[in-house]
Amino acid sequence: MSEEIELMKGNEAIAQAAIRCGCDGYFGYPITPQSEILETLMAEQPWKTTGMVVMQVESEIAAINMVYGGAGCGKKVMTSSSSPGISLKQEGISYIAGAELPCLVVNVMRGGPGLGTIQPSQSDYFQAVKGGGHGDYNMIVLAPASVQEMADFTVLGFDLAFNYLNPVMILADGVIGQMMEKIVLPPFSPRKTAEEIKKLYPWATYGKSKDRKPNVISSLEIDSVEMEQRNLKFQRKFQLMEENEIRYEEFETTDAEYILVAFGSTARICQKSVEIAREQGIKLGLIRPITLWPFPTPILYQYTSKVKHFFSIEMNAGQMVEDIRLAVNGKAKVDFYGRLGGIVPSPIEVVEFVKSKIA
Amino acid sequence: MSQTNSSINEIIKPENLVYKKPSVLNDNPMHYCPGCSHGVVHKLLAEIIGEMDIQEDVIGIAPVGCAVFAYKYLDIDFQQAAHGRAPALATAIKRLMPEKYVFTYQGDGDLAAIGTSETIHACNRGENIVIIYINNGIYGMTGGQMAPTTIEGMKSSTCPFGRDISLNGYPLNITDLLVRLEGTRYVTRQSVHTSAAVRKTKKAIQKAFVYSMEGKGTSIVEIVSTCNSGWKMTPEGANDWMVENMFPVYSIGDLKDI
Repeated sequence: MSEEIELMKGNEAIAQAAIRCGCDGYFGYPITPQSEILETLMAEQPWKTTGMVVMQVESEIAAINMVYGGAGCGKKVMTSSSSPGISLKQEGISYIAGAELPCLVVNVMRGGPGLGTIQPSQSDYFQAVKGGGHGDYNMIVLAPASVQEMADFTVLGFDLAFNYLNPVMILADGVIGQMMEKIVLPPFSPRKTAEEIKKLYPWATYGKSKDRKPNVISSLEIDSVEMEQRNLKFQRKFQLMEENEIRYEEFETTDAEYILVAFGSTARICQKSVEIAREQGIKLGLIRPITLWPFPTPILYQYTSKVKHFFSIEMNAGQMVEDIRLAVNGKAKVDFYGRLGGIVPSPIEVVEFVKSKIA
Repeated sequence: MSQTNSSINEIIKPENLVYKKPSVLNDNPMHYCPGCSHGVVHKLLAEIIGEMDIQEDVIGIAPVGCAVFAYKYLDIDFQQAAHGRAPALATAIKRLMPEKYVFTYQGDGDLAAIGTSETIHACNRGENIVIIYINNGIYGMTGGQMAPTTIEGMKSSTCPFGRDISLNGYPLNITDLLVRLEGTRYVTRQSVHTSAAVRKTKKAIQKAFVYSMEGKGTSIVEIVSTCNSGWKMTPEGANDWMVENMFPVYSIGDLKDI
């Protein structure tokens, strides 16, 4: 059978992919620009087909704690929101990391701070990659740049979450959430049965069977000596992620003298900027970090042997630029260009910025 | 064999009259202060889970507060929730595994202050869960601060001259509010300060567990309790004080049973 090509919004793609990849539960609260995720799930009524639970609940706080409860039972569960709602979820995300539970959190970013704007933004980069919640933890942050990736990263995000027993975030923005593109949805895979969960996730709380001790899901450890050991275990896990999970994409970098670094919808814009610059004889390339954490630090560092000038292009006041500067470690110049408050930069203005800095 | 189904003759056999620790309660030494009501309620839960033979089918949710360590004492699967969020966890667990018994165990700060929203909405949706609510009018774990349920005039470390309504507002009788929600099926207020009261509380919790499998809504068992350390009283003095001062505000008995 040939692949089924469909036209849909990024938010709808997440909902469809969740149903198809055997997600057990979604818990959410409406907020622009991501409400189509909840709306699509409610319209699809997957509880009648796959048995997936979908709930619109009283707050983002309740939603993330429902995710904690479901994840603690070994279930494939997720929530989604946009910036202000993601702020509310931070306590829950920290607990999920502390209790070593798998889950998927989607942030379709809008401009902040505060209630800000419903227009797209990338100003939650720090929050996503530097912790957000309290305590020493990290999570894999996937930055989709297309509707196809919204679907693909839903599947991938769950896989990574279960591999590492850690929350995974899809950090999209209003552009990717709202725009429509042609995509191929992932194939259907069934939800795990109770028996499969018992076998695969022996730590889960599904009711204590006679042959084992009680399972306890908790992030609490009063004894500091124990808590330090637990933290060191987390750090080893984060190190494994850094070693194995870096994802990125290169565009026209082979002969590049200057490199743009951009993620999400900004990377799509910068792809056009590269084309325009090359028409004008400027050897510009683009590196698109797909994982914002772990950041492609070693990749950028390798490029410093031939590229001496990087440009961080973001829809914020300059957040990822700090990680680029850490990555190149003084071996290359790094300039930043960003638009704020929901303004999306145009390909031309990025090229003009580059020209102003290399002149 | 289920004890509840035993005949009277079976029960009064001498070998069956031995008082022993319920098997679901493990041997970990409890961190609760002598005289605290938590230990009694934990034992009741262990008895009920054992007698109903549901150890393999029950998931408990521990709160933040003194009962944060409830999972250390009951030999069942447990999740420890963020402060106030136990009903959210319980909602998801029950929805994802409707065949399981799911209960939360929460104090007054957890349930009636920081977790008010989760409590009211879980009850309003009629989640088929059991909520065990320990109301001792004080934050015990953090050292005796004012709770939403601290009664007027009652002293705590953050209302050292007694709760002043003009300064602190009224004590929140959240259970009376929950009665009015369409989603609640069974709402009762009990205590564990006498043997008779303990027996009544046991019956109430048992009923709540049975109800939670019938798909007709949320069951809440409030247990008006003592915190003699936080109240700075002897265990016996705390019991007397509770009867005299708390019972008039939090009246004992069934509030709703449909």
